[in-house]
This record gives sequence, structure tokens and C-alpha cells, in this order.
Amino acid sequence: MKPGSAAIVGAAETTEMGRIPELSVLGLHADAALNALADAGLSPSDIDGVATAGESPTALAWYLGITPTWVDGTTVGGCSFMLHVRHAAAAIAEGLCKTVLITHGESGRSRVGAARRASQPSSLQGQFEMPYGPVGPPTLFTIPVLRYIKETGLSEEKLAQVAVVQRDWAARNPRASFRDPITVEDVLTSRMIAWPFRLLMCCLVTDGGGALILTSAERARDFPQAPVYVLGTGESVETPLVSQMEDFTSSKAFRVAGKRAFEESGIRHDDVDHLMIYDAFAHLPLYGLEDLGFVGRGEAGDFIWEGNTAEGGRLPLNTNGGGLSYMHSGMYGMYALQESVRQLRGTAPAQVPNAKISIAHGVGGMFGASGTIVLGNEAP
Amino acid sequence: MPDPNRTPNKTPRRSLPEPTPETRHFWAGAKAGELKLQRCDACKKAYFPPRPFCPACGSRDVSVFTASGRASLHSYVINHRPAPGFEGHYAIAVVELEEGPRMMTNIVECPQTPEALLLDMPLEVVFAEQDDEISLPLFRPLGTDSLQKNGDAS
Repeated sequence: MKPGSAAIVGAAETTEMGRIPELSVLGLHADAALNALADAGLSPSDIDGVATAGESPTALAWYLGITPTWVDGTTVGGCSFMLHVRHAAAAIAEGLCKTVLITHGESGRSRVGAARRASQPSSLQGQFEMPYGPVGPPTLFTIPVLRYIKETGLSEEKLAQVAVVQRDWAARNPRASFRDPITVEDVLTSRMIAWPFRLLMCCLVTDGGGALILTSAERARDFPQAPVYVLGTGESVETPLVSQMEDFTSSKAFRVAGKRAFEESGIRHDDVDHLMIYDAFAHLPLYGLEDLGFVGRGEAGDFIWEGNTAEGGRLPLNTNGGGLSYMHSGMYGMYALQESVRQLRGTAPAQVPNAKISIAHGVGGMFGASGTIVLGNEAP
Repeated sequence: MPDPNRTPNKTPRRSLPEPTPETRHFWAGAKAGELKLQRCDACKKAYFPPRPFCPACGSRDVSVFTASGRASLHSYVINHRPAPGFEGHYAIAVVELEEGPRMMTNIVECPQTPEALLLDMPLEVVFAEQDDEISLPLFRPLGTDSLQKNGDAS
């Protein structure tokens, strides 16, 4: 992809956030889509490309009255929307469509119109993981972490600090679910979920949605919002089984996606003003900081402990409060992208002064997939 | 009011695997008390989970063999939430087999505590019968059997 050939010209979340029992999954997609269309000054008939995950793109297009010439239903978990941005930028550059709508909606808490999530007993997970008693992501996503702790010497306190710093960011965000400050001690005395993970190291479960509209950089200048350019992108997948991760201390999908996104954009780590790393659990920012190359192996715990990712630090991270404190519907990647766009538009509740380049890095499944998007508010 | 037709105190069962043609040999082996792995005849790499070709080189020339059953504890969590077929807190573990591949399992005949479950501790496979078709490969600390015998003798 040519850096900066596409731009985000519409971005919005659902009108409400947190508990939205009055909307189904499809309704959340539509609410976010209509908000993003209004943000871009467009109507559904202006859209000729659709991408979504967790809902069928057919249902989405029909529900909104869109007749697309390009469709992407890539569904690899919570980072699917990063992959949609990447695919949409390529499709726009190739002339397959001009204006793409990407949507997310999930009734994670209220479960209105939500599909049942279960592994078939004949699937790989059903045969080789489910018999051993995992109860959802808190008991699967977390399995590699004791190995990380043994190899790097990470302390429980430093793992807990990830949640503490993000709560500080959330305190500045009126839409965040949890805004009261917490301490390391609060985290380490919260209810045990799956040792070494306690409640405050695990993400929220809420309802919500978000949508993005992309078009070519050339057309982007004619929209009401200042364009946010797609400077570089990366994606990969590793395995549907967390037990089969090649290295329990590092995600191969993170490394592949991140490296490609940096190479495409031509930026250096020093150029990054703002960073979002999908945080379903407290260890994900640690893996993300290391696998994206911001710090060396085993250094992320100290990096966060020393305040580098907090307000006033040199790499503000998860400034909406993240999945740990802002919201987490199940497929959180869309909210990371939304916060990157807000920061680059200068409209974030906890605004990073003069942010020019932001990275949104996502995970799908249990370290199963990854997408990395480098965004900027200046045309390259 | 409890349903009189329901068996009282019926313990819900853990989720059981449903073998496919590609994995049937593994589950038949487990039923017979043997841990079956596969090895590529071309590149000699041992692998798991089962499939009829080598994930390292793509060759279809692969053989099934019986693993030693020895492993080491690679990583785990101790689940504190209720789960069907499990009682109390229990470890969901990943072990590294002597032959190289890793697999998810449970650790048995050992307290389910961070103090007792030490990474890299040596383990050996045991098979836990679930029904007529399925026995699950679980792991216990290596030498558990002989220690118990010594304990009994004293």
C-alpha cells in the first residue's frame, strides 16, 4: 500500500456506551454507522464499500440500504477492524470502491440479538483445549503470562500498574465506564479470577459500537472533518490455539503486523506521539510494547512503571482508559482506532498536545491474530 | 421445586472432544493408554495437534509414534471460577513434551497452588477415562507413583 493514499473522513461511536439494552447487535452497528455518516456529511447512498465483523456484511449493507461494489467480512477477532482499514485502503487505491464504511457493534453485556459463542467439540479448540476447563478468555488469554514472568522477572506489582495507569487516563474521559482512581494494592487485592490474574487486570464487558469511513486521500480534503491519513498497515495470524503459540513471551502475529506497518509508513519509533494497544488483559500492553519494538524484551513492565505511558510521559498509551477501564464489548479494536482518530483530530477527552502520529495495534482471539495501523494528521 | 425426574446431584461433565478422521488415532491411543504424536518422515520434526501432513514442511509422509509421556510444565493459570466437571480451583496448564510439541492439559495428583506448580517441573502423562470413547491425557509430577509407594511402605 502506498502510504497516505487513503484517509479516515468519518469516525464515531454509538450514541450511548456501556449498557445499551434497547439496541440489538445489528442496531448497534447501524447506530454507529449513522453517527459516522453524519460526522462525514454523507448518506448511506454515498457508500460503495462495506466491511464488518461479528455481523454479516450482507445484513449490514441491506439494513442500511447500501449497494456495495466491494465487501469485506474478515473476522479474526477483536482486531478485525484494523484489517478492514488495511483492506479498505488497498481497495480504494485499486479503484474497487471509493467510500468505505467499516462498522462494529456488540451487545457484550446485554446480549441483545447476540450469537451464542461456543466451540464445536470437533474443532481444534473443542478437542485440544476445551476439555481442560477453560472458561472464556480470562482463562485462555492469560495462560502464557507465567512463562513471561519467569523469563523476564516481571513482578505482580508491575502487571497491576498497567491497570492503574489506564484508570488514570479513564478518569479524564466522561464516557469511560470506570473512572475512580485505583492503586496497585487495589488491583492486587481484587477478586482472583485466574491466578495470577485478578479482576482489575481483566477488561470490562459492555455494549457499544463504532464506525469508520475511509476514502482516497485526494477526496478526503473535501470533507467537513480534517482527514486522518492511513500511513502504514500490517496484519497477520498465528494460531487459533493459545497453547500452540510459538513463543509464550512474545506474539508472532504482533511482530509480523507491527514490522510491516512501520516499514510501510517509513516512520521511526521516535515519531510516534500516541499509541493504542488492545488491552483485553493487563499483559497485552506489555507484549505489545515489546513486540512493536518500542522497548526491548522484558522491559515493558519497567517502562510503564516509570510513567512513560502515563499523562505527561513520552509515549501516552491507551488514553481512553482502554479495555480495562473505558469499555470492552468483546471486539475492542474499533475503540482503539476511534481514540487514535480523536487524538489526531485534537478532540480526545484526554488530548495529547500536538499529536501528529498515532498507532492503533490490535489483537484477535487469544494472541491468534493481529492488525497494526499507523495514522497521521499530515499528508505524507 | 426440584424436578423429581432429574437425577439429584448429577455432576455436570466437562466438555469432551469429538474426534475427526484426522485426530481419531490420537484419541484411540489415549483410550489405550498411549500418547500418540506424529513425526514427519521427510524433515523428522515431531508435531501436535494431529494432522495428516507436516506443518513444518508440508510433506504428507508422516508417521504416528508413541511419545515417552514425559513433559515439563511450561505455563498455566489457576481458574477460580466455576466450570462444569471441575471442583475447586484448578490449573489449566500447557506442558512441553519431551519430543518438543506442547499441549494443553490439567495437572493432577498435585496441589493446585502456585507453590506446588513450579514452571519446568518434570511431569508424566496419565490417562483419565471419561466415557467409552474418550480418555484425556493429564499430567502428574514425575515419580508421583514411587513416592506414594514409599509413603505407603513407611
